[in-house]
Amino acid sequence: MIAAPWMRDSLESFISLGIPFTERNMKLKPIFAAVSIATFSSALLAADMAKEMTVVSWGGAYSNSQLKAYHEPYMAANAGFKIINDESSNEAVAKLRAMAEAKNITWDLVDVEGPDSQRLCDEGLAMEMDFDKDLAAGTDGSTPTKDFGASLINKCFIPQIVFSTTFGYRTDVADWNGKKPEDLCAVFDTKTFPGKRSLEKRPKKNLEWALLCDGVEKEKLYEVLSTPEGVDKALAKLDTIKKDVVWWSAGAETPQLLADKEVVIGSTYNGRLFDVIEEKKQPVAMLWDYQIFDFDGWVVPANLPEDRKARVLDFLKFATDTQRLADQAKYISYGPARASSQPLVGKHATLGIEMAPHMPSNPENAKRFLVNNIEWWSNNEDEMNKKFEAWLAK
Amino acid sequence: MEQIQTPHGVPLKKQIARALFKQKVRALLLIAPLLIFILITFVIPITDMLLRSIDNSIVSDTLPQTTTVLETWDASTGELPDEAAFAALYHDLKQAIEQKNHTKLGTRLNYESSGMSSLFRKVGKDVSKMQEGISYKEQFIAADKLWGNLKTWTLLKVYSPKYTNGYFLAAIDMKKTADGAEMLPASERIYLNLFARTLFMSLVITGLCLVLGYPIAWLLANLPMRTSNLLMILVLLPFWTSLLVRTSAWKVLLQQQGVINDILVWLGVVSNTGRLELINNQFGTLVAMTHILLPFMILPLYSVMRTIPPAYMRAAKSLGATDWTAFWRVYFPQTIAGIGAGAILTFILAIGYYITPELVGGTQGTFISNRIAYHISSSLNWGLAAALGTILLTLVLVLYWVYDKIVGIDKVKLG
Amino acid sequence: MKLPIYASTGQKVWYYSFRVICGLIFFFLIAPILIIIPLSFNATDFFTFTPEMLRLQPEGYSLKHYQDFFTNSDWQNAMRNSLKIAPVATLIAVVLGTIAAIGLSQSHVPFRRAIMATLISPMIVPLIISATGMYFFYARLGNYMVGTIGMNADVVEYIKIVLAHAALGIPFVIITVTATLVSFDRSLTRAAASMGAGPVRTFFKVQMPLIIPGVISGGLFAFITSFDEVVVVMFVGSAKNKTLPWQMFTGLREQISPTILAVATILVVLSVILLVTLELLRRRSERLRGLSPG
Repeated sequence: MIAAPWMRDSLESFISLGIPFTERNMKLKPIFAAVSIATFSSALLAADMAKEMTVVSWGGAYSNSQLKAYHEPYMAANAGFKIINDESSNEAVAKLRAMAEAKNITWDLVDVEGPDSQRLCDEGLAMEMDFDKDLAAGTDGSTPTKDFGASLINKCFIPQIVFSTTFGYRTDVADWNGKKPEDLCAVFDTKTFPGKRSLEKRPKKNLEWALLCDGVEKEKLYEVLSTPEGVDKALAKLDTIKKDVVWWSAGAETPQLLADKEVVIGSTYNGRLFDVIEEKKQPVAMLWDYQIFDFDGWVVPANLPEDRKARVLDFLKFATDTQRLADQAKYISYGPARASSQPLVGKHATLGIEMAPHMPSNPENAKRFLVNNIEWWSNNEDEMNKKFEAWLAK
Repeated sequence: MEQIQTPHGVPLKKQIARALFKQKVRALLLIAPLLIFILITFVIPITDMLLRSIDNSIVSDTLPQTTTVLETWDASTGELPDEAAFAALYHDLKQAIEQKNHTKLGTRLNYESSGMSSLFRKVGKDVSKMQEGISYKEQFIAADKLWGNLKTWTLLKVYSPKYTNGYFLAAIDMKKTADGAEMLPASERIYLNLFARTLFMSLVITGLCLVLGYPIAWLLANLPMRTSNLLMILVLLPFWTSLLVRTSAWKVLLQQQGVINDILVWLGVVSNTGRLELINNQFGTLVAMTHILLPFMILPLYSVMRTIPPAYMRAAKSLGATDWTAFWRVYFPQTIAGIGAGAILTFILAIGYYITPELVGGTQGTFISNRIAYHISSSLNWGLAAALGTILLTLVLVLYWVYDKIVGIDKVKLG
Repeated sequence: MKLPIYASTGQKVWYYSFRVICGLIFFFLIAPILIIIPLSFNATDFFTFTPEMLRLQPEGYSLKHYQDFFTNSDWQNAMRNSLKIAPVATLIAVVLGTIAAIGLSQSHVPFRRAIMATLISPMIVPLIISATGMYFFYARLGNYMVGTIGMNADVVEYIKIVLAHAALGIPFVIITVTATLVSFDRSLTRAAASMGAGPVRTFFKVQMPLIIPGVISGGLFAFITSFDEVVVVMFVGSAKNKTLPWQMFTGLREQISPTILAVATILVVLSVILLVTLELLRRRSERLRGLSPG
């Protein structure tokens, strides 16, 4: 099997060790350390920095958490500076590619998921960072490389959070006769847990879950998926619930479907479920079994003009420091990517509940988990998509 | 024969030709600003976009020497290319890696064969370690055995030319191989089916719009102005309501725990456990799209019907025609232009929609445009998106042409 | 349209059932809007009729989504941007479109079919393709205007969207205006010319008043196209020029926010007021002109 195991292993170690640091990731350290120190230090004078900055993110509660934890304090400290929010992260890769082709980069900082950052970095669309120089050291004195540890999955990606895709279910389904889903395979068990399910309309994650419930070991998942029979096996498992599935393509759909009783169990990002359960007080509960982890973080578009680059770097240093990352967790249940931020995670800003138990990386929640093999998917996504679409249309 | 002359002594023929010429120039001058505007800001950019469907220069631009060497290589011998090809590949890649182009090529080739993406990403590190003087062939194969695989090289050769029909083949579920094009395995065919579905559903939507729009247009055209203008507000209101909002409203109405099902359960038409599936399938798309496009049918029909004097129907009836005959033989033929206008408008708009099918169509109710959007914003396979778009556009243009032949485009009235 | 007194039973049955059918179709047309209005007063953050709402209890209803719309600067900006973009795009489309339509309706136009097809092509090309193609063009144009001419970047961003939306609206203007011109009596312009009016004067005094209904309805379509357009603006536009549909789209995708229902309700109410006012004005002018109210 073709794989760059570090990408997956780094996330696994991040989760399983609790502290996001292993010696192994030292080799990830940027190869060229000093990218002309002179230009950077001279550009960092406030007078030379752009007066506004376009930040691209996902919108909704997530953008709001960034606004509260990063943007507002930064703007308060820098009078006359403005952040423009663009909620286009969904199209980020396509638009960044188009921007680079048209030589018209209008974005300054873009929030993307780990796999997308890999693609952007590979294609030279994102700027390579010098983490130890560009980012702030941890409050415990550790260098950024050490502090971020395994979450530094490539040279362009500045991690913010760990999130997971997992299942939520309604707690008031009469047909379940008092039973509660306890493991992932409840999703595939329409006898005990009748009702509709919502799954994302793409092969990624679903194929893995299907195989896990078809008796494939976690370690062998991608080996099995690499064979045509393996894919058929996964699709055959999905076939057993196909007529009960509502497919979603936007993150807001599963919460709405759960609230509407349209589905009884559905996959979405854990922060959305937190929002439904704790903030919107819907009768929904988390199913933490085999959640799939991902990092989410910033990338800076390549080839920004000096003044804008200086501003972005200045902002990044501030917005990814220990305190800021910990602050973000006050507004949304995603785990900070820095080790030094973890002890600082406190209570929710308005609800006043402890956030630590709601974090996906909380050991209690992460007894069994999965990490997508980014490398495998970058090779096989096109083909899997074709098969998945053909299967859906059947 | 003597020429007829104008009072000014100019031959009439000449004068007419001159006047005609002047008229033509004036017409063209009036059209010119808009024509230039549309050509520059729309037609040329779109053509440029669609040309991506045959553009394949990335392979020969990234690997210029390799593609030249491969020209003389015959894949059917079953032998790998010789050292010269590997050496050329080494030099090409060195260049490409400096400009970070090798991964783009990997992404491109991965559309055709899985595994190319990581092969080319990895090669960045491999090439930097290679030494001159030792056989590049051995070094490449040692770095990754895919380089020793005939398939990799055949792929490079097949995709060497600057232009390719590969995207178009992919758009009709075919695949380019060393021995020409062949159909994909049945488990990977999607597009032909989708094209057929898109056409079929757009036709059904157009038909539904006609069936629902005709009586409304007739009513509006035959009621007194006061009443019909007030009723017209009901037709125009949906127009003023965002497409996204209307689509969401249909979700609220049609879903299983939604308003319609609730009412049906309350009426006892269906049982609580037997709620109907009205959304996330073709039915959902049909209902929501018909609703969205209905005003586009009603307005042209209405403006045509308004011009038909009611006396015609009365005359027919006074000559002994039944209501039905009078309608069918006298009234209906006069509305053909309106039907044509409305139908072509709804059909063209329907065929290109993708947001509504995406939100309410589930798996069976999505259109080809959804796949185009997917390839533009997610898979980044713009070549394939352009090929699918070109085929769709050609279909629309053929229909437009047929319509123009039958009805004439200037008969289209929008109210 | 009244049922004649001599109508047979069959005709009576048909007359009334036809009315019922039409009523049902009208209901189909406005049902989604009827759903939106009560839901916009929803006290929860979902598009759901809660049991409290169905029991008509006051705690099931709230004005919070309206409050959100009027206090949230994102929504306010989006509204302002839409109102800044749509009228200007409409104006461009109407002016260029009307002039070209007049040119097209002359009796001898070379390459008429080809020109017509070109002019209405923005309506025919699927939007997602248009969006990508136009992106590249306008990005280059923007670079040129900012880099070479030295224009203000914000102004350029605005111009880009306006032009893109104008292009999308033009086919509607062309189609409606040429249709009105087909029935236009050409002897009127000749009469004007024979009395010594120049072409410009003839246009404004004779032609324009007669084709104005076509121009208005074309303008209406063009306005709606810009006001409700989400695909192209997301490609061509920048975050500063986020329009209402764009804001709604993110509101739907990332986090269901019933604020979009509140916005929709406000727009519906505004347009009802607008349309009713127009109708009342029309009746008034008819009365003043001494025409019998139709």
